[in-house]
Amino acid sequence: MMPTTRRTTIALLAAALVAAGCGKQEPPKPAADAPKPPPELTVRIGMAAPLTGPQGHLGKDVENGARLAIEEANAANIVVGGNRLRFELVAEDDEASGTKATVVAQSFVDRKVVAVIGHMNSGASIPASKIYSDAGIAQVSPSATAISYTAQGFRTTFRVMANDSQQGRVLGEYAVRQLGAKRVAIIDDRTAYGQGLADEVERAVKAAGGQVVGREYTTDKATDFRSILTSLRARKPDLVFFGGMDAQFGPMVEQARTLRLQAQLMGGDGVQSAQFIKLAGAAADGVVASSPGLPLDKMPGGAAFADKFKAKFNTDIQIYAPFAYDATWAVIEAIKAAGSAEPARLLEALGKREHRGVTGVIAFDEKGDIRGGGVTLYSVKGGAWQTLETIGGAAPAEAPAPAPAAAPAPAPAK
Amino acid sequence: MRDPRRLRLVGLALGLLALLLAPFLVDALLGRAWVRVLDLVLLYAMLALGLNIVVGYAGLLDLGFVAFFAVGAYLYALCASPHFGLHLPFWLLLPAAALLAAGVGVLLGAPTLRLRGDYLAIVTLGFGEIIRIFLNNLNAPVNLTNGPQGITMIRPIEIAGVSMARPVELAGLTVPSLHLYYYLFLGFAALALVVSSRLEDSRIGRAWIAIREDEVAARACGVNTRDLKLLAFALGASFGGVAGALYASFQGFVSPESFGLTESVMILCMVVLGGMGHVRGVVLGAALLVALPEALRYTGPLQRALLGSVYIEPSDLRLLLFGLALVLVARWRPAGLWPSPVRRRELAERHAPGGPESAQ
Amino acid sequence: MLGSIYALVALGYTMVYGILGLINFAHGEVVMVGALVAITAIGVLGPATGLPGPLLLLVALGVSVLACMLLGALLERVAYRPLREAPRLTALITAIGMSIVIQNLAMLAWGRQYLSFPALLPNEPMILLGATVTGTQLIIVALTALAMVVLMGLVNRTRLGRAMRATAQSPALASLMGVNVDRIVVVTFLVGSALAALAGVMVAGYYGQAHYHMGFMLGLKAFTAAVLGGIGNIPGAMVGGLALGVIESLGAGYIGALTGGFLGSHYQDVFAFAVLVLVLVFRPSGLLGERVADRA
Repeated sequence: MMPTTRRTTIALLAAALVAAGCGKQEPPKPAADAPKPPPELTVRIGMAAPLTGPQGHLGKDVENGARLAIEEANAANIVVGGNRLRFELVAEDDEASGTKATVVAQSFVDRKVVAVIGHMNSGASIPASKIYSDAGIAQVSPSATAISYTAQGFRTTFRVMANDSQQGRVLGEYAVRQLGAKRVAIIDDRTAYGQGLADEVERAVKAAGGQVVGREYTTDKATDFRSILTSLRARKPDLVFFGGMDAQFGPMVEQARTLRLQAQLMGGDGVQSAQFIKLAGAAADGVVASSPGLPLDKMPGGAAFADKFKAKFNTDIQIYAPFAYDATWAVIEAIKAAGSAEPARLLEALGKREHRGVTGVIAFDEKGDIRGGGVTLYSVKGGAWQTLETIGGAAPAEAPAPAPAAAPAPAPAK
Repeated sequence: MRDPRRLRLVGLALGLLALLLAPFLVDALLGRAWVRVLDLVLLYAMLALGLNIVVGYAGLLDLGFVAFFAVGAYLYALCASPHFGLHLPFWLLLPAAALLAAGVGVLLGAPTLRLRGDYLAIVTLGFGEIIRIFLNNLNAPVNLTNGPQGITMIRPIEIAGVSMARPVELAGLTVPSLHLYYYLFLGFAALALVVSSRLEDSRIGRAWIAIREDEVAARACGVNTRDLKLLAFALGASFGGVAGALYASFQGFVSPESFGLTESVMILCMVVLGGMGHVRGVVLGAALLVALPEALRYTGPLQRALLGSVYIEPSDLRLLLFGLALVLVARWRPAGLWPSPVRRRELAERHAPGGPESAQ
Repeated sequence: MLGSIYALVALGYTMVYGILGLINFAHGEVVMVGALVAITAIGVLGPATGLPGPLLLLVALGVSVLACMLLGALLERVAYRPLREAPRLTALITAIGMSIVIQNLAMLAWGRQYLSFPALLPNEPMILLGATVTGTQLIIVALTALAMVVLMGLVNRTRLGRAMRATAQSPALASLMGVNVDRIVVVTFLVGSALAALAGVMVAGYYGQAHYHMGFMLGLKAFTAAVLGGIGNIPGAMVGGLALGVIESLGAGYIGALTGGFLGSHYQDVFAFAVLVLVLVFRPSGLLGERVADRA
């Protein structure tokens, strides 16, 4: 008993000392590691995505995209403010969980990352965004598309992918006007992504004069869709839109073909992947899907990116790697423009700068959404995605719909 | 020779001091992320204590406990966010969350009274999923829960006009938001602990244990098994409801995907691994299972120190090691890390005098 | 259709439960390993031997059954045998832990991406008795039926089966009667794992894909099916599996019509669980189960 008590007392004394000490240095640390003049300066950039669990392949895709950008930047010997910058990617697994995401976010703040690429899911990006906002660290999501993510009034939230409303509008209008679909059926997977996109498509289809003849639902773990496809078949749709991911759309397309469902099949960016074609096999032919940004093979550096990715990681690009790559370069370019890797100056430069990435021009509006993000439509022909056309893009002053007037832009979130 | 009572008192005071200083200590030594982990440990301790009443005391295997957590969280989220434009105060919402969750607990308990063991497990699992599916789908035709998109911008708890989301200046000392939440959660966890351990020693607690050991015999002895089972469900659920409301204010965001089956399974693991029916063990279980996956993020430096370089990426290894840890702990401490003395004795007896058959 | 796969997986749960009273939560992961091993076997053997599709599939199935039996035996020996005397819920924790371990190992071994299962069987839809079916579907149903008949024969007609039933009733008494309980338990795991491998190959072949996370949901559904039928009861697992399959597709296809459009297919799982709860409220031991007294 005695030794324990004495040891505890000593520990507590130490604790009290430490506590008193840290009480003074408590106010938000300005992270002023920029002006010191060592020749090499390590700059940490955080990356958070689900690296395990059902979405592990997508999260790894984000990590790989970011890693490629970091390695290129290190090879380019970027000198800022007299220091040669050595970038370091701090990759963490948020398990697609909002709870874990906040712990990861806090650990990024502790480790003094200058910006964060992520999170992948809206459900993780949103709770984490408050922590980044409090710390004044820029958060650039490669893939969170929920409208509410950038609508919280934080200055630190950005994304390089068109949000649900931007993409859903293009998809809905294209379905009705270009593909001539009068009767549209919609399926979604009841995730934040699938449901959000499907709702926006439904809205756009109705606005364009189409009719929504059926709405069915599945989950992001299902593999059998025969029942819902059969019940949709009875309503004779011209087109079936699916809001969800390729792992479901692959078998769904195949099952639709065996059920002889005579309708154009369409999906969003979640299905515009090489994996979808592998999973659906021959049934994939003729399927239309969209992806935000411009086609990779038409972009300067796009084809090179795809080759480098394949060579380095020996795996296909899933979906988000190009976006993560662009998000990472956006941060690096902002550091160059600001002449400093200090989070506050980086943040300011990030909001103003624009640069040409592999998915299009990366520039942000006052909410942090990508400005005038184009959406490209593709269709499967002969076992590969072929570009149909790009809608919007390049021209920044497009979009009358997202009404930027009401944006609560300058509200200092601190 | 010193008076053992005084010694205990000193120990208690020191322990209390340690608990009070913990967030500052952890912040200084490990970083603020660990204060957040500490907050979550307390939150999950509340949940595990709630489930412990149902599983540990009354012996009802519940695989849908997260439903009560969800009910509490959504009640708070809906009544304190711009979603409905409601901003009810927390001192109203916390008891409401407890009551609502207790009500749902009774609702769940009533039809399942006749079920035992694994049949009960699968039905509670079903109830948990049903609640989650409803939360996920009630955005149409009337937008009640905002569906899969979840509810954002939930207001933090305010006490006397002071928001817990901002640092507070107190006698020259800045207390950050995470520390404030720590003290709040500590208070509620302590309350849950006291209520749990008082219950254990009460008539009700002994009746629950009688039901757990042998329901038929308990009924024969005049125990009202129906009411007592419902009471266990209701009380356990109310702990979950309060924890849920606290979680909603802490995170500022809730969405249905946070309330899946894996969460229920993890809470059950905390109870079983800590030591079923033993409050201190359960709290230890919660601490271990919340902190371990976070600690395992840092295996990179460890690998470098032991093996020279990083062979397997920490993110690949993390959950693998976590799973192994579960297996190993269950292997070496089958009764839980810190079982209640009674249970330890029972197990020892079962093994000692010529148990049914030798283990190997 | 999905029902017969549930039934096969449910059999594995129910056999282990019947004998050990243990919910083998890692059983779904064995199914997953079965599917992934088969894909690898096809990928390696296909080009090397140039076997025709159906034969190649059969060989791959054999490899995957062997691999899964090995895994099952390993699981039993390493994870469950040391805990046979421990409280039941502790073994549940081990099962959950093993499930996490196997899943993450598979993630490292096979990578994170979805793998596609090559179409080795004719998949042309044909009309049979007014319903559209494919060759694969017919084969799955036939194989499931065959597996069940063999299993019933094994359990009810052989010495081994008698020993299994004796062990299920009382391990202590069975061992007094000269039954090697350890051996019987291993055999149970072997048989259950072989069925899991069969189910894994079927489900991957049928939907054309496999992924390290596929076992979780499948295992859960199969466990539900086993409970629905009455856990520990072999015909019960089959009935439960088939019933769950039917309930699910009914829920997805007709719930809208049944409720006048009030509830859509997003409530299909609610429908499935509601049926489950109703069945268990009126028959607390499942469809075919007997009353068992047990504790949590």
